[in-house]
Amino acid sequence: MAYDKFSTLVSTAIPLQVENVDTDQIIPARFLKAVERKGFGDNLFRDWRYDRQNQPKPDFVLNNPTYSGKILIAGKNFGSGSSREHAAWALYDYGFRVVVSSFFADIFKNNALNNGLLPVVVTPGFLQKLLDTVEQNPGAEFKVDLATQSIVNLTSGESETFDINPYKKHCLINGLDDIDYLVSLKDEITEFEKSKQ
Amino acid sequence: MATKTLFDKIWDSHVVTQVEGGPDVLYIDRHLVHEVTSPVAFLGLENRGLKVYRPQNTIATPDHNVPTIDQHLTIQEDLSRHQVDMLTKNCEKHGIQLCGLNHPWHGIVHVIGPELGITQPGRTIVCGDSHTSTHGAFGAVAFGIGTSEVEMVLASQCILQPKPKKMRITVDGQLKKGVTAKDIALYIISQITTSGGTGHFIEYAGTAITSLSMEGRMTLCNMSIESGARGGLIAPDETTFEYIKGREYAPKGEEWDKALAYWKSLPTDENAVFDTEFHFDAADIEPMITYGTNPGMGTGVTKAIPTGEELSGSDLLTFQKSLEYMGYHPGDKMLGKPIDFVFVGSCTNGRIEDLRAFAAFVKGKKKAPSVTAWIVPGSKQVERAAREEGLVEILTEAGFKFRQPGCSACLAMNDDKIPEGKYAVSTSNRNFEGRQGPGARTLLASPLTAAAAAITGVVTDPRELMDA
Repeated sequence: MAYDKFSTLVSTAIPLQVENVDTDQIIPARFLKAVERKGFGDNLFRDWRYDRQNQPKPDFVLNNPTYSGKILIAGKNFGSGSSREHAAWALYDYGFRVVVSSFFADIFKNNALNNGLLPVVVTPGFLQKLLDTVEQNPGAEFKVDLATQSIVNLTSGESETFDINPYKKHCLINGLDDIDYLVSLKDEITEFEKSKQ
Repeated sequence: MATKTLFDKIWDSHVVTQVEGGPDVLYIDRHLVHEVTSPVAFLGLENRGLKVYRPQNTIATPDHNVPTIDQHLTIQEDLSRHQVDMLTKNCEKHGIQLCGLNHPWHGIVHVIGPELGITQPGRTIVCGDSHTSTHGAFGAVAFGIGTSEVEMVLASQCILQPKPKKMRITVDGQLKKGVTAKDIALYIISQITTSGGTGHFIEYAGTAITSLSMEGRMTLCNMSIESGARGGLIAPDETTFEYIKGREYAPKGEEWDKALAYWKSLPTDENAVFDTEFHFDAADIEPMITYGTNPGMGTGVTKAIPTGEELSGSDLLTFQKSLEYMGYHPGDKMLGKPIDFVFVGSCTNGRIEDLRAFAAFVKGKKKAPSVTAWIVPGSKQVERAAREEGLVEILTEAGFKFRQPGCSACLAMNDDKIPEGKYAVSTSNRNFEGRQGPGARTLLASPLTAAAAAITGVVTDPRELMDA
């Protein structure tokens, strides 16, 4: 799936100080009925964002005009639960390009990386400082640089580096996905199958 | 020769090649497909002008969206019908075996794989569904994947995947009365938390595990993902071989002997090393129930909700948010909490043994009038067996509704939704906010604990109602 290449992002951030945000919250199951990947952003965090009458809940952070940006900063164990890639699609479609947390669930992390959404793992202490910075100054900006694998709090100047698989980094920077690569291995795969018979 | 774990033996023998500095190219033996996570993958394949590489190693069934009553009629809801129709079209176009609605093999993808003998030791199995971990019960490396990865497997029968770390969870001793595989799973997750298994594949070992039936093992492995692990597996043994023998896709004749020799070579070598180990005593496990909004928030049914006194910061906020959603208070006793719904089913506890256990428990008793109960078989084969064994009669007699196969109220994608604010004791796998319907409150438990709650209308220790 085509997505925008990722190199450097400077943006304000939206704080979501909740742990164990599961993919049922990111996109509830009843919105998974589409057969194309379009428009999932409308239902991102649907039941936290809207009440049963479809009115925005004013106390949810995405409905607070004070906060905006392409970076979501969330509590630990983000993206747990279901394998639905729709969660990554919804975050991307809404406009997020980076999710920062101290811990991501495995399948969500893979899904994000396969869709141009960068999961940035920081230490719990740094995560708290990022959340504090946004709370004190919603206009605070952060810089995420994939080449140097760093995230900088531009208010305090503090930074951390983060890990990413070198192959996935290469894919994100160049906007590539895995399918073309795998299809190019057809001969090797066929050989492998023969060796197993 | 270096010692290897069960997981290493399977994984390593399926690596086609390694991307430089990157993940393994892992060959996938069997790919299971359902209607929700596949349409975008098929579309992607078409946009690239590709065909499914190994349709004969792929099998599909619609389960998430299907109604569980009147399955002979056209699906009423437009979007659900469209998604199910798309699966049919995609399977026809690519020559994939489809176990559609009303097919004698129809059912939840993780129930039909094992019952058809597709799930075998030593295989790599994937599906666009996190509960693919279920198949690990047979000593297979089975894990859930996203839609981009579904497309990878359709296109190449391979997936790019870094090799996870290895964890062993050993449970020794004899399970106490009223304690089931589901309770082992909920107990483990309550101990290691919903992120304790992240980055790992779990091997379950110990006498309490090897004494489980195949179906109990499936329940346990199914819940591996709820601890954050990619999958869980159990060494194949006589129980495994006995279960597989004679099933539709099981090896036959000489092929069986060959397969058996391979399967017997799979168990973890003595002295093999795991990255992480946990040991638990079966005697410490009692019937479990959850009180919060993730599967790690569980406790013995006779115990109280934690006070949360030791928590601070975002841990405390998360705990409070969860209890507020559930309408519970720190320190509350779970016994006696009123409930409105009981759901028995899902890929976790929708197999024939689950229905047998539930039916045996409620036989001769009556469902509490205040409780609405849905009993949903995991597959057509389970449904037929339940009828033939007289379970449906027992259930009907006791006041329960027996429905048709599907994922149903586990994730409430069809009409089987728990209403807002209502409490449901469910044998499924997730108690997330709104999982069983917007505003629904879920208490996860075993079929026995669900049965006890269905009879009394409140959270009940099943042992109180069981024959000595």
